[in-house]
Amino acid sequence: MDGIHDLGGVQGFGAVEVERDEPTFHADWERRAFRLTMAAMMGGLLAGRFRHAIERMDPAWYLSSPYYEHWLTATATGAVEAGVLSEAELDQRLGRTFALARPIRAPVLAEPGTSSARHRHGLGSAVRVREWHPLGHTRAPRYVQGKRGTVVRLDGVFSVPDVEYHCTGRRTEPTYSVRFEATELWGEAGDPVHVDLWESYLEAPDG
Amino acid sequence: MAESSQPHRHHSPTTPVEERVEALEALLIEKGVLDPAAIDAVIEHYEHRIGPMNGAKVVARAWSDPDYRARLLKDGTAAIAELGFGGPEGNHMVVLENTPQIHNAVVCTLCSCYPWPVLGLPPNWYKSPPYRARMVREPRVVLAEMGCHVPADVEIRVWDSSAEVRYLVLPERPEGTDGHTEEDLAALVTRDSMIGVARL
Repeated sequence: MDGIHDLGGVQGFGAVEVERDEPTFHADWERRAFRLTMAAMMGGLLAGRFRHAIERMDPAWYLSSPYYEHWLTATATGAVEAGVLSEAELDQRLGRTFALARPIRAPVLAEPGTSSARHRHGLGSAVRVREWHPLGHTRAPRYVQGKRGTVVRLDGVFSVPDVEYHCTGRRTEPTYSVRFEATELWGEAGDPVHVDLWESYLEAPDG
Repeated sequence: MAESSQPHRHHSPTTPVEERVEALEALLIEKGVLDPAAIDAVIEHYEHRIGPMNGAKVVARAWSDPDYRARLLKDGTAAIAELGFGGPEGNHMVVLENTPQIHNAVVCTLCSCYPWPVLGLPPNWYKSPPYRARMVREPRVVLAEMGCHVPADVEIRVWDSSAEVRYLVLPERPEGTDGHTEEDLAALVTRDSMIGVARL
């Protein structure tokens, strides 16, 4: 989805604020939010749910809340979607409405599609990133969609997140690191960016 | 008053996010998903046992041992495992070598992917919208603002960790360190230099 999380290249932000001697956790609630999320992940409760739940937070809330509030919200949302908890239980325990991420809008995929294990593009190949705007989860950042780049590294074969989040089955595909020149991304000279992409995100440059 | 020396931790009212943590935590314990006693050791590991000191050992070894350096650049995961580091968010490591012509820097524009076994959990700025938004669009400006001045004739290569690979930058070995032991060298390596937002 073209969500608020997909921040690469978005303009208007100010300086990066660096905290000197930053602790791992700033407050006990952050450690506890990390702990309950790790427990849910290790228990398999968030498989295929966690990142997409964060992405479905209201954009204004996403930008204005601390990082571990994203984790807390995604874990609660994932637990409800997994059927482990109900919204009513959360609300009752909290004594008011327990805010969750927005519902999944993407349709459930009946079939995961065909897996592949062999890289179709070689080192140095010219590729273009498919341009599309799914309602569901994807790991193809918006700023490279439709853009042409060059394969610079062949990586492993992994489950496609776009499928994993919306299907009980899994599809695995080779992944790549693709180099994009600044002129292609932004229309002006600058330093190149490399993005890691699944095979089905890529097409022939003139395709 | 006693309150002034022992700040708000025990005296201030619970904030809304703390209340939400408490509610979800209590329910997950009831449902048997969260067993605090069992998982506290895991949290201890993430909070104290992993961190940039691990990555610094990898870098120092690479600076000291050309064969190790070659293995590290060829198969980062295996070479890092030789020093005993690995696990979640570190199972597919690629090490990026800085040279006099190339400066590498890492970002995750979509979330906060970061090589936990060698750098620990990421700092807030790495997860922040300004870094994630601007680092791909104007990396040279962002780095300069962060105090990292990359010479104009050096190419900055930005790496967006958007799939399963996690990156570690291998900084250039500083001048004047010829007689240093690996331990001496490791003490020079900063977290930021291994993300690529600092030069040594």
